[in-house]
Amino acid sequence: MRLTDEENAMLAGELGAPRRWAITHQIAVGEFFDAADFVGVSQAHIMADTESLGEAGVAFLEGLAAAPEPERRVRVPSITDPRGIDFAIYRRLGQSAAMAALERRVIKTLSAFGVLMTDTCINYQTVIAPLRGEHVAYGDTGAVIYANSVLGARSNFEGGPSALAAALTGRTPRYGYQLEACRRATRRFRLVASPRDLCEWGAVGGIVGEACGSYWQVPVIEGLVTVPGSDALKQFGAALASYGSVALFHMPGITAEDVVFAGAPPDPIPIGPPDIAAFLARYAAPGDKLDVVVFAAPQLSLYEMAAVADVVDGRQIHPDTTVIVATSPEIKHAADRMGLTARIEASGAFVAQGICFYQSYAREMAEANGWTRLMTNSAKLVNILGGYGYRPSLGGLEHCIDSAVAGRVL
Amino acid sequence: MPIVLRCHPGIGRAVSGTALVAADNFSARYDLDRNRGIFARPSHKLAGHSYVDRILVLDGAKGGVATAWMLHDMKARGIVPRALIFNRVNPIIAQGAAFAGVALVDRFADDVTRLFRTGDNLRVDPAAGTVEILNRAA
Repeated sequence: MRLTDEENAMLAGELGAPRRWAITHQIAVGEFFDAADFVGVSQAHIMADTESLGEAGVAFLEGLAAAPEPERRVRVPSITDPRGIDFAIYRRLGQSAAMAALERRVIKTLSAFGVLMTDTCINYQTVIAPLRGEHVAYGDTGAVIYANSVLGARSNFEGGPSALAAALTGRTPRYGYQLEACRRATRRFRLVASPRDLCEWGAVGGIVGEACGSYWQVPVIEGLVTVPGSDALKQFGAALASYGSVALFHMPGITAEDVVFAGAPPDPIPIGPPDIAAFLARYAAPGDKLDVVVFAAPQLSLYEMAAVADVVDGRQIHPDTTVIVATSPEIKHAADRMGLTARIEASGAFVAQGICFYQSYAREMAEANGWTRLMTNSAKLVNILGGYGYRPSLGGLEHCIDSAVAGRVL
Repeated sequence: MPIVLRCHPGIGRAVSGTALVAADNFSARYDLDRNRGIFARPSHKLAGHSYVDRILVLDGAKGGVATAWMLHDMKARGIVPRALIFNRVNPIIAQGAAFAGVALVDRFADDVTRLFRTGDNLRVDPAAGTVEILNRAA
């Protein structure tokens, strides 16, 4: 890679050990992807949940944070993805004191770098949305695909170490979706009918994702007759990224960039109600005892919180079913202030802040609570949790709440 | 005479080991039980198999960013694959391999899940961009 004088100084350790580690890591990744040079980023979004870090990762962060303050400070505004623990409710979730202790160490360490503890995967809805053409280093696949597609920003999937490195150097290797050439469309789909709710938008994301199956595919989705809205494209993008590892999609007239195909446009693949129904049927489990219902992945927006409150109003969750509603700290505070939290929790559900369930020791929670059958309106979540020992079921918000009240999947 | 296959230069140091091959994708979060060191996702073609110390040969990456941290922790706990061979990875697998110091190569001329067989004894040289089949599985 071609390095500037400043980048060479970082590499030589002249700007401290954290920046030397950071740029060394970035060069290794950049050369792997044939990056010619670096590009400056305006913000970094760091995934650093303790389940993923483990003791070794936490110790690594603590080692970097031991550097003098001027050497460890992040160079651009840097924020965090959801954490593993909500200290207000972790015991009720079956999480351990050891998990909480590890979490406290990470919070202290990230704060020492100057990272802002936003603890959210919906930073584009709750913190600062990037602009078209803005180069960023985002560390959540849902945040990346939304920023790339809906907003026209530029990011690759930047896992925790790479997003931290970008925060420390203020730049990222110029490859993948930082480059105009990689953003051209390669696949083409046409919606025959509009998805009816957020769950169905997630299902369509899953269908397109499975058909693409690669980070390097860029699907175009045509046929939309109305503008879906932010929460719909959040669910769609999160599922598309989860099922297909896809980081960018285009919807002509809705998303930020004009569609340019890499080569001749292929014939569109139709997606209609039977396809969505077949996708949902893969996760159907009518009559099964329902252990836990989760609204998360991505965290809920204020509007989604209000929708949950409207559906649970005046109802009681079955005593053998746990309902978790996860959102960002900012939205939690707003929900508290607006009475949404009280309305949701009056039903027996509880609202979690700063976590996103699957990043919170999902396997250990299942074992501690005896959970197997889970229900959610998030296609992304059902895709992830199969490997964690859950039997996940997918349904719309009302279907999930009706089932939670009944204590079984309806 | 050993068979030498070329690929894009990769990440990490040269290693030798035994291949575990499947035409399937990979995510440390989605697919693994990182306490027991096995593939845990029921629908994965390697479900139930131990990945520890094997050279994993798979098609590509699944969604999720957790692998970028997890390979490092898995290595510290001694339950990590010895090397990773893919058709084409996403940035997360590359970032995770770079951070953990796990050998990784991709971008061969042909499908790696057909080039290699489970049980093959392989030598992966990321800097040279080669994988050598030292002994073919029966």
